[in-house]
Parts: sequence; structure tokens; C-alpha cells
Amino acid sequence: MVENVKELLKLHEGITHEVYLDNENSSIIPQEIVDEMLPYFNKKAYGNPTLTHKPGWEAFEVIMNCFGKISKSIGAKNIEDITFTPGETEANNLAIMGSCFAQKGKGKKIIISEIEPINVLQVTEMMQKFGFIMQKIPVNKEGFVNLERLKEVVDNDTVLVSISAVNNEIGTVQPIKEAVDIVKTKNPNVLFHSDASDAYGRIPFNVEDLKVDLATLSSYKIQGPRGMGAIYLREGINLERILEGQIGTQKLWPGVENTPLIVGFSKASELAFQNFEANTAKMRMLRDKLIDGIFAELDNLRFNGPKGDKRSPDNANISILRAEGEALTIELSLKGVYVSSGSACSRRLLQPSHVLIAIGRIFEEAHGSILMKVTRNHTEEDIAYVLEVLPTAVNRIRGIVGSTGVH
Amino acid sequence: MSRIPLPYNPKVMDLFRNPKNLGKMDDATVVAVAGNPACGDMITFYLKIDEEKQVIMKAQFESYGCAANIATSSIVTEMVKGLTLEKAWEDITWKKVTEEIGGLPSVKFHCGVLAVGALKRAIRQYFTQKNVGGPSWIPAEHTFEEKQALEEEELAKTLSKRLKIEEEKKAEK
Repeated sequence: MVENVKELLKLHEGITHEVYLDNENSSIIPQEIVDEMLPYFNKKAYGNPTLTHKPGWEAFEVIMNCFGKISKSIGAKNIEDITFTPGETEANNLAIMGSCFAQKGKGKKIIISEIEPINVLQVTEMMQKFGFIMQKIPVNKEGFVNLERLKEVVDNDTVLVSISAVNNEIGTVQPIKEAVDIVKTKNPNVLFHSDASDAYGRIPFNVEDLKVDLATLSSYKIQGPRGMGAIYLREGINLERILEGQIGTQKLWPGVENTPLIVGFSKASELAFQNFEANTAKMRMLRDKLIDGIFAELDNLRFNGPKGDKRSPDNANISILRAEGEALTIELSLKGVYVSSGSACSRRLLQPSHVLIAIGRIFEEAHGSILMKVTRNHTEEDIAYVLEVLPTAVNRIRGIVGSTGVH
Repeated sequence: MSRIPLPYNPKVMDLFRNPKNLGKMDDATVVAVAGNPACGDMITFYLKIDEEKQVIMKAQFESYGCAANIATSSIVTEMVKGLTLEKAWEDITWKKVTEEIGGLPSVKFHCGVLAVGALKRAIRQYFTQKNVGGPSWIPAEHTFEEKQALEEEELAKTLSKRLKIEEEKKAEK
């Protein structure tokens, strides 16, 4: 089937403008980040940071600096509080498995929101094989977790609560500080983990201010390289390793440190935070132009998630009724606009986005959803181009639907 | 909850971009629908039948679905043109449709199944609506494709119902 790809790509020839908005699933690494990483592949610090030679010491020095930058960016007290992992998935697995195993015997209940990312949902489900119990907290129509329900379910048997700071699909900014407060008031021994991958670089996220015990960060979600992320662990809290092997600079994650990716992640963090206010204001402006423009051009839409400041500055998620999402992503791709959809069409099982279903969208609304995330590197021209091609694409797909499904 | 790469072949892409026999047919002899928007997969199938010769003069479709759904629906309308109802019933299977379109990723086989389900449903319906009793070549029992279409529709209903119950439970809380 891979031979089809050549032909598929040929269909994209002649595209004059490309706008990559699928930053949920991967991202473009800005050139200055690539430039920062390149020397670390083969020019310097290519050694193992735990070994006694020059390339090793060079690696040790730069990795320590990166620990420093990342820990500072979230207000962590010590550089040891950060562990680099190969990404968000791995960090969330470590957070949930590692903290539950470390607390074995102290309780069984793991509480998560029903709109957590797939990796959190699945690893928590998996923990049930080890005798833990998963309890999901519902969300309202904008995706905010039900704090009263959270208060009800936290008990002496609870070991961990995991709620993302910003939802990855619909951009809901959760009241993490209040949630932590509620949890700790009921049972101070419960650990609080927050996947901050979609909050980091978009809203203020300070572990001391929020009082979270564990947090997950992702590199590509701030336009750093893929295959890199980090976990924050509050000093004094025990976590069990989930992988075994040669331990180097970090006791929670064995294996050889990937210096170029760590450098790239740190550079991405530096760039995201050095003009934080201006960066997020720009994202917010582009996001709103995109959303308002789509609503001005098309009817039969549903806006998914909250509006304004309670929404992540980068996130736009719209259900386009009477158009199927997968067909739309392909149609848009042929015009150089790259987005993703919550459609279930790549599966035989009818399971569209669990997040959209959790906020009360019916299946049809979920199938027609498109998710777009802007970055500070997008321009107003990019958004104008999307607004130019999107209505035509939607109208063509809607034309194929015709009267099908009209009751 | 997993994703699968979907490198569609040129024929699928061509029929997705320029679907043949697309649109509502006002003078259709029979119209059949298969699938459900809740599945993200629904087809309306129109047949114009030469009633004397029992030949399909033309077929058209409309589709709510992915690229594979659109392409398979379109190719079925091409494949049945000029066939007798009996030959269309006997010859057009989902496997043949998949073959004709140059292959589909396995997760998309059901698109071809649904398209053929819509065709078979239309042919069966033609005899039901004429009230003449089906010919011997139409078995009383549903074919594989018709069963699959039914199953998908049932599943959509069940899921929607479950969703509604959850919604109500949530409202109570």
C-alpha cells in the first residue's frame, strides 16, 4: 500500500500555500530550534553524560542546563524534579503506573476525568488488572470537570487523581488549583497528577502555585522535537520506575539520554516563554480570527469547548454538520490545509472522539469535527488562506452528502 | 482507539475527487438507504430500471462518509450500469467492489460492504414495492452485505440510546 503514497503526494503538486494546523498530532520544528539541536548530533556533547571523557562531560553540562531551564519554566524547586521521557505518552504512563505501584497497599482508587487523553485513559484502565479501580469524573458541556463530583469521590481509598490542565481536543482550561485543593482537603495523601502538555507555553502553569505533585510536559506540543517530553515530580514523593536498565542522570528513566532532543525541547521552551504574553496574545488573535471567520462563512456548525479566556489560546474545534470529518481532512489536504478530525471513520468500531461524546455531542456531530491548533509562527495570511479554501471544501463534501440522512 | 495509516490508491482518490454518478435521481425507479449518520457512514442509492427488460439503466448515489465510502458507492453505480437485476444481484459482491477499486485498507472493507448492501437493498425493495413477490434468485434470507448494513444501523441505534441514557443520568446529577 505504501506505493500508493507516491500518487497521493502527486495530487498535492501545485499547492501554493500550506498551513499546518494539526499541531495536536505533530508539529513543525522552527528552524532556530533545529539549528540549536544540530551540533549535538555529531559536533559536540555526543557522549554519554555519565562517562568520564570530554564528550561525556560536555553532554552532562548541557543536559544539566536543560534540566535547569525546564524546571524553572514551571516553577519547580529543584532540577532533580524533572525527568526527561520520550514523550507525553511515556510521561503519563510513568506518572500513573509509577505512582500507583509506589503506593501499593495504601489504596486502590485512581480518579481521572472522562476527557483525559487516550494514554491516561488506557493506562488507568490497565491498572485495573493490578487491583486498582478507575473512577471517571464527568465534565459539563464545555468540558469543565465537575468539582462537586470530584469532592464526593475522593476518599481514603484514593491514591491518585489525574486531570489535564488543558484538554487536548477542546482546549478547556481546567480549574486545577481548586481541584488540587478539593482533593487534598479530603485526603492529603492523594497524589495529584496533571498532564500539562496542552497548557505548557499557552497558559501560566506553575507547580508551586497549583500545588500539583506530578505534571507531564510534551516537547512537540511547544514545537520542539517529537520523541521528547518530561515529567515533574514533587520532591519527597516516591515513584516507581516502569522500565529497568542502565540508570544515568535520571533515576526514573533508564537508557542513554538523548542530548539533541533534550536541547531542542529546552530551546522550544525558551522560545515559548521568552515572550510569553506576546506569543499567547498572537495565538489568541489568530485562533479567534479562524473561528469567527469559519462561523461567518458557514452554517450548521457546532462550537466545541469554552470560548474566551477559559479556552487555550491555540485551540479551535468545530463540528461541521452534514460533512464527514475524514473526507474533509483529505479535501483540505489537497488544498494545503492540514487538520485532524474526531471522526471514527478509520475504525470499524463506531467510536468517535470520547471527548466530544463526553461534552454531549451526538455521534454525527463528532464525526464532522475538525481540530485546528495555531502557533505563534502562523500568520494572518495563513488564517486568511484557510478561510479562503475551507468553505469551498465543506461545500463540496456537503454536495456529495446531498439529501442523505435528512429526516 | 487506534489509528491506522490510510494510503488510498489513485482510483479511490480519483472517485473521491470526481465522483461518477453523484446526486439525487428524480426519476428513480427505486431508492434505498444504508448506514446511519451516527456511524459516519451512510449511502442513498438510486436505480433507474428498464422494467420490461429488468435492466439497470443507470444508478446514482449520495453519500455521507469517508473517501472510501464515496469512492466505493461511486464505483458500484458504474459497475451495475446495463446489468440485469439478476446479474447485478449475483455478480456484485463487496469483494469484487474492493478488487475493482484497486484495493482498500482493511479497516475500510466495510465501506464496500455498505455500498453493496445499499444496492442489494434497492433490488430487493424494487420487488417488494411492486408487490410481485421476489424472483427465485433473491433468497428470503438477507445476504452478507445486507446483514452488515443492518448490523451497523442497529449498532448506531444502540449506541445512541446508551448515549441518551448517560446524558439523562448526567442531567440528574
